[in-house]
Amino acid sequence: MKHIISVLVENKFGSLNRVAAMFSARGFNLESISIGETEDTEISRMTIVTRGEDQIISQVLKQLNRLVDTIKVTDLTRQPHVERELLLMTLKLSKTVQHEIFELITVFKGKVVDIKQKSITIEVIGSPDKINTTIDIFRPYGIKELARSGAVAIHRGE
Amino acid sequence: MHSSGQTLNGSEIFFECLRRENVEYIFGYPGGSLLKVYETLHDVKDIHHILVRHEQGATHMAEGYARATGKPGVVLVTSGPGATNTVTGIANAYMDSSPMVVFTGQVPSSLIGNDAFQEADIVGITRPITKHNFLVKDVRELAITIRKAFFLATTGRPGPVLVDMPKDILNSSCVFDFPETVDIRGFKPTFKCHINQVEKAAQKIAKAKRPLLYIGGGVISAEASEELRTLAIQQNIPVTMTLQGLGAFPGNHPLSMGMLGMHGTYWSNQAVNKCDLLIAVGARFDDRVTGKVDTFAPQAYKIHNDIDPTNVDKNIKVDLPIVGDAKNFLATLLEVMPENKENREPWLAEINAWRVQCPLTYSSEDDSLRTEFVIDEVSRQTSGNAVVVTDVGQHQMWTSQFYTFINPRSIITSGGLGTMGFGLPAAIGAAFGIKDRPVVLFCGDGGFMMNVQELVTAVHNKMPVKIFLINNSFLGMVRQWQELFHQEKYSFTDLGDSNPDFVKVAEAFGCKALKADNPESARLAITEALAYNDGPILVDFRVVKKDMVFPMVPAGGSISDMLLARLNPKTMV
Ligand SMILES: Cc1ncc(C[n+]2csc(CCOP(=O)(O)OP(=O)(O)O)c2C)c(N)n1
Ligand SMILES: [Mg+2]
Repeated sequence: MKHIISVLVENKFGSLNRVAAMFSARGFNLESISIGETEDTEISRMTIVTRGEDQIISQVLKQLNRLVDTIKVTDLTRQPHVERELLLMTLKLSKTVQHEIFELITVFKGKVVDIKQKSITIEVIGSPDKINTTIDIFRPYGIKELARSGAVAIHRGE
Repeated sequence: MHSSGQTLNGSEIFFECLRRENVEYIFGYPGGSLLKVYETLHDVKDIHHILVRHEQGATHMAEGYARATGKPGVVLVTSGPGATNTVTGIANAYMDSSPMVVFTGQVPSSLIGNDAFQEADIVGITRPITKHNFLVKDVRELAITIRKAFFLATTGRPGPVLVDMPKDILNSSCVFDFPETVDIRGFKPTFKCHINQVEKAAQKIAKAKRPLLYIGGGVISAEASEELRTLAIQQNIPVTMTLQGLGAFPGNHPLSMGMLGMHGTYWSNQAVNKCDLLIAVGARFDDRVTGKVDTFAPQAYKIHNDIDPTNVDKNIKVDLPIVGDAKNFLATLLEVMPENKENREPWLAEINAWRVQCPLTYSSEDDSLRTEFVIDEVSRQTSGNAVVVTDVGQHQMWTSQFYTFINPRSIITSGGLGTMGFGLPAAIGAAFGIKDRPVVLFCGDGGFMMNVQELVTAVHNKMPVKIFLINNSFLGMVRQWQELFHQEKYSFTDLGDSNPDFVKVAEAFGCKALKADNPESARLAITEALAYNDGPILVDFRVVKKDMVFPMVPAGGSISDMLLARLNPKTMV
C-alpha cells in the first residue's frame, strides 16, 4: 500500500542525503521525495511517498526516526491531510489539436505558463493520482518534456 | 589544562575537549592535514597517543579498548587515504554497536570538492556505517561537535561517530567554550521501558513452563549482567547467548547453555525449537542466530527488549516488543515478578538430556593437536578469567564453544561484519584498557596476516598480549564450506605452501615466539605464554588441517536441521 510520510529534519547539509541513502541501503521503495524549508528556517519538511506492507512501513518509520537529523516523523496516510503535486509539461502544438488541448487544460484546471509557435508549456497542480491521469490524457498529443515535483503534504488544520 | 573563556586554536580545543571527555588513549597516525594537531600533541602529557602502523589497526584497537572497558575508543587519522583506511573498522564497530569516535583530518575548507591532494569525502563514504557523522565548518562549532560526537557514540545503542576536521579549522582560533550539557532534538533514545509492557512480560514469565532467555551483546553494553543473573536464577530460566552475549551470564552455571545459532550448542537450538516463551534481551535476531526465520522458535510467545526500536520486528515478528535499556528492563522485571512460578524442573531435565545426547566434544585419540584442545586448555589455565579476543573463522567458533566465559566483557570478537584482521589490533586495544586480567588472542593463520603490522605496536608498547595463532594452514572456515557444500573443491584456501614461518615473523618484529605441535608441548607453551608479561608473546600452534566446526546449521536452514558430525554431514537430526 502507498504511504505518504512527512518528516521534519534539521535544515543542514546532508540531511536529504542521509534519508535517501537510508532508503537505498535498506532496500525500501522510494516513489518520491521532496524537501523545502518550513516556517522555522532551521527545519525542513520532507514529504516521502513510499509503498510497502505494514511491517515494512513500520521499519521505514523507525529507521527514519533513528536518523539523528530527523526531528519528527508522521505517517499521514491514515490521517486527514492535503496532498499536492506540481506538474510542468511541454506539449507539441499544432493547429489541428490546439483547440482540444486548451479544452483539456481547462478541464484539469491547468495554467498556460509559456506558449511558442510549436509548443505549449502548462502547469497542473493536484494529487499525484490526478497528475498521473493528466499525463495519461495528454500523452497522445505528444509530450516533449515533463517535470513532476513529487508530492508535498500537510496535516489538515483543526 | 586550559579553561573556558580562553582563546585557543582548533588543535588546542581538540585536546581540551578530549580531556573533558576523559580520554586516556588516542589510536592514531599523522599526516598533512593533522600537522597542527600533532604539533599540539607534542606537549600533551595526560592523553596517550598510540602510534599504529595502519589506520585500520587504529580502528580495531579503539574498538578492542571500547569493548573491554565500556568507554569510547578514539581514533585520529589524516585525510584521504588515512580516512579511507578506517572504513572497515568503522563498519565493524557499527555492526557490533561499539562506542567509538573517529577524528579525520580534512583538506582546507576552501579546497573541499576540488579533488584536492588527499581529499576524500569521508563524511559521504561513512554515512551508512556511522551512527552519525559531522563535517566541522567553523572553529566555533568544534567543541560542541566533539561533545555531540561522544554523546551520540555512548548514548542509547552505542556506535561509531566520525568528525571530519578541515585543516584551516584546526589552525584558526576562537574563544573556547565547552558545553557541559548537550541536547540533540532528533536524538532521544527511550531508556525507560513501558511499565505495562514489563508487567505483561512478568505475567508471561510466571506462567511459562518452558521459558528461555536469549541474551545478546546489549546486556553487556547496558552493564545488566547482575540483573540477568538474578532473574535467571530466581526464576530458574535457562540462558542461551549470542556470540556477543557470551559472558553476560556465567558459562559455568548450570543454567548457562552457551551459544545458540549456526554453530551454537545442540541443546540451545533444541531449546529454541521447543520453548514456549522466548525472552530476547539486547539481541537482534541475526540470521546467523535464527537460520530460517519461519521455523525459529515456532512454539514460543516472543518477548523482545531492545534499546533500538528498529531491531524490533525487523527480522522476526514478536508478540511483546519492549523498547528500552536492558538494565532498566531486567531491573523493572525483577520488581514486578509475581511470587509464584511454574515448576521448571521437567524443562531443565529435557535440556540436560539434549546436553548429554550431543555434547561438545573433540577427538583426543591420537597425538595430533586440535584447536578445541588449545582453547579448552587456555580456558582451564586462565580459569575463564581472561579477556578473550578472536579473529574470524573456525577458531572463532571453537572459542565460543570451548572457552568458558564467566564474566561480561570477556569476549571481543567481530560478529556482525566478520572482519578478518580484527583480532590482533583489537587485542592490543583491549590490553591498553585492561591491566589486571590476561588478554588472550585466538587468531587464524589467514587473519593474522591481515593486520600483522600491528605487532610493532604491541612490541613497542610492551603490551602483554598472548597471541595464540591457530595455524591450520588453511582458510579453515571457507575450507569447511567447500568440503560440505562445494564438492570439496578447495579453491584458494590452502595456505600450506605460502604461509611464512610465523615464529620468525614474530621474532623479526621483536616479539617472543614459541611453537607447539602436540598436546603436551601446547600445554607447556600456554603455561609459559600466560606467565610471560614482558610484552607480547606468540605461540604458533600447528593444529590439524582438516578439522570442522560442528554442530552447524547450514545457512538459511532451520535450526532443527543441524549437522552434528563430519561422518555423515547430510544426516539431518
Ligand atoms: C576481510 C575478510 N575477508 C574474507 C573473509 C571471508 N572468510 C571468513 S572466514 C575465512 C577464513 C579464515 O581463515 P583463518 O584466518 O586461517 O581462520 P580459520 O578459519 O582457519 O580458523 C575467510 C577467508 C572475511 N571474513 N573477512
Ligand atoms: Mg586457518
